[in-house]
Amino acid sequence: MSGLIVLAERCTACGSCLGVCPFGALSLEGDTIVVGEQCNLCGACVDACPSEALRVERPEAEAEPDQATYRGVWVWVEQFQGRACTISWEMMGQGRRLANELGVALTACVLGHDVGHIAREAIAYGADRVFLVDDPTLAVYRTDPYAAVLVHLVREYRPEIFLLGASARGRDLAGAVATDLHTGLTADCTGLDIDPETRLLRQTRPAFGGNIMATIICPKHRPQMATVRHRVFEVPPADESRSGQIVRVPAILPEERIACRVADFVLESGQVNLADARIIVTGGRGVGGPEGFDPIRELAEVLGGAVGASRAAVDAGWIPYAHQVGQTGRTVKPDLYIACGVSGAIQHLAGMQTSKVIVAINKDPEAPIFNVATYGIVGDLFQIVPALTAEFRRRLGR
Amino acid sequence: MHAIVCIKQVPDTTEVRINPETNTLIREGVASIINPFDTYAIEEGLRLKERFGGKVTVLTMGPPQAREALKEAVAMGADEAILLTDKAFAGSDTWATAYTLSRAIRRLAPFDIILCGKQAIDGDTGQVGPGIARQLQIPQLTYVSRILEIDPESAHIRVERLLEEGREIVDCSLPVLLTVVKDINQPRYPTFMGIRRATRMEIPVWDCQALPEANPEYLGLRGSPTQVVRIFHPPARSGQATLLTGDTPALLAAQLADRLLADKVI
Ligand SMILES: Cc1cc2nc3c(=O)[nH]c(=O)nc-3n(C[C@H](O)[C@H](O)[C@H](O)COP(=O)(O)OP(=O)(O)OC[C@H]3O[C@@H](n4cnc5c(N)ncnc54)[C@H](O)[C@@H]3O)c2cc1C
Ligand SMILES: Nc1ncnc2c1ncn2[C@@H]1O[C@H](COP(=O)(O)O)[C@@H](O)[C@H]1O
Repeated sequence: MSGLIVLAERCTACGSCLGVCPFGALSLEGDTIVVGEQCNLCGACVDACPSEALRVERPEAEAEPDQATYRGVWVWVEQFQGRACTISWEMMGQGRRLANELGVALTACVLGHDVGHIAREAIAYGADRVFLVDDPTLAVYRTDPYAAVLVHLVREYRPEIFLLGASARGRDLAGAVATDLHTGLTADCTGLDIDPETRLLRQTRPAFGGNIMATIICPKHRPQMATVRHRVFEVPPADESRSGQIVRVPAILPEERIACRVADFVLESGQVNLADARIIVTGGRGVGGPEGFDPIRELAEVLGGAVGASRAAVDAGWIPYAHQVGQTGRTVKPDLYIACGVSGAIQHLAGMQTSKVIVAINKDPEAPIFNVATYGIVGDLFQIVPALTAEFRRRLGR
Repeated sequence: MHAIVCIKQVPDTTEVRINPETNTLIREGVASIINPFDTYAIEEGLRLKERFGGKVTVLTMGPPQAREALKEAVAMGADEAILLTDKAFAGSDTWATAYTLSRAIRRLAPFDIILCGKQAIDGDTGQVGPGIARQLQIPQLTYVSRILEIDPESAHIRVERLLEEGREIVDCSLPVLLTVVKDINQPRYPTFMGIRRATRMEIPVWDCQALPEANPEYLGLRGSPTQVVRIFHPPARSGQATLLTGDTPALLAAQLADRLLADKVI
């Protein structure tokens, strides 16, 4: 029998478990706890029960017999138009730390065309070995040829941990590779550490729009795969004197077996690339209309930052969706986030509250955005924002 | 044109509040909704049907009450709906979910296109779409913001994808799986006729017996490689905002500039 078990002899019907269930699956009927269909066996209630009356029984799956033969930590190094994405170096820092803890090697997988320089960079950022797959079919990211190479390499060389960035391409690729390999994949991790007893990777990530955090393991399948959220971890210093091995590997899929062709790429201006921005200036419903974004853009320009928007502003049609920050938009973690005329709804906060410094400019002193802000200014954004632009223009000499 | 749309019923997180005393989610009275991204997927399916004829099938795996999500999709205009529900499916992670959905989709074949949301707002993984595509061995196009061309005759599709650096235009063959972002359209509301049809419709329920090809080892908790070992509440962002005060916007701006430069974030 597997599932959530209520031990009737221990349960005191105290109800401690009812409120902690993120799925609302528990109810108290008379003096028995009833487990509803929504139960996802997450175990939140088990921790909450003061009398240890709840237990999740897991079916005994056979461990893969050769699990112990999987060794080493791997990182996929994402590149765009021949330049490595910073998220990949953030992961190399984590990969190095995990590899050191486990006492194993760190391997980088560099896929692309004319990307030998990235393989050398990967060594500077901590790789002991680089699989370099340099082929015209890999010049632009496409799921099938990239997944085919990585699946092949994993089957051949058997890493125990495989990390990819939680970017659009990283999530696309990780989902495909983990499916083919029949292994677990934890999305959007913000914490990674090794359980010293079991050597298992403990992967921590936000869920429910950041309302709860979950720690996830993958005990019986290898590799343990995770995508890692952007800007959670520092980029380690590059050490050009490090040495490592570069192993050239051929691509797997010939062009005629690839179903997709990328016809064009329309680059967005720097003000849209929220993922890489160190500074983001965001406008909400308080900007009042499409023209209301003009002062927001000017401030962003002086600061060299990107322009963000709340869903209310996007839904009103004042600015395209690519600017939306939040649960249904982009998750960002800039050094500085300036929210102008944004109330701070929970879905918006989910996408920005881990920013280093948050400035809130809002007319309403009760706006929830002030609860997460580092600095707050209660006032009219149409007066404050232009004053800030003028001030920074002077101080930064721009 | 046969479009299959995978939808998930999720708690409406706008209504999820944290109880500040116990630091737990307050679930009372929280409504269940169709995952917002999936409504865009339904709308896109309906538009394809309007252009090319054929039908839209909506599919969900979940507890019996997920039937409500299917009824809403039918009220919007979906032709057929399937509810996958069985104790054996409980506790599925994204691998097992994609596996189970893909086995159900095989029974619904032939199809031209599968539509999913970019991600579900409860789990936020975005992994189920790619998982289904790989299980079915069809190409996947994620984060689609526009279908630019589609021709069922020549089995060709051209889409625009929304990536960090900009918009990618991709050509691909059909059948294909798309995951869509909310840029793609504006979902319609259920119509009066649709609601009537949905109320009367008997929605077929498939349990694991209905998927004879599915390996029971790959279903539900047993078939899920990942295990949640702990759930906790994130530490609240500490401290209150330092409120800056000043008589004029210029004075306020100067103060803020001092602070931000001292914090070295500019
Ligand atoms: C499933 C789901 C997902 C969602 N995902 C997202 C998401 O990804 N991102 C997101 O942002 N939202 C999201 N939302 C919506 C979210 O709940 C809020 O509706 C939205 O964030 C509100 O945007 P806002 O703060 O701009 O507008 P409002 O809440 O209307 O706030 C406007 C603020 O501007 C202030 N203001 C007005 N005029 C001025 C002025 N002249 N000067 C200074 N201040 C002024 C007002 O005091 C007010 O506080 C989601 C909702 C749902 C249900
Ligand atoms: N249980 C489910 N039933 C049907 N479709 C699902 C289910 N879970 C996820 N999906 C689909 O997969 C998408 C991504 O979900 P997720 O990977 O959970 O973020 C959703 O937008 C749905 O289209």
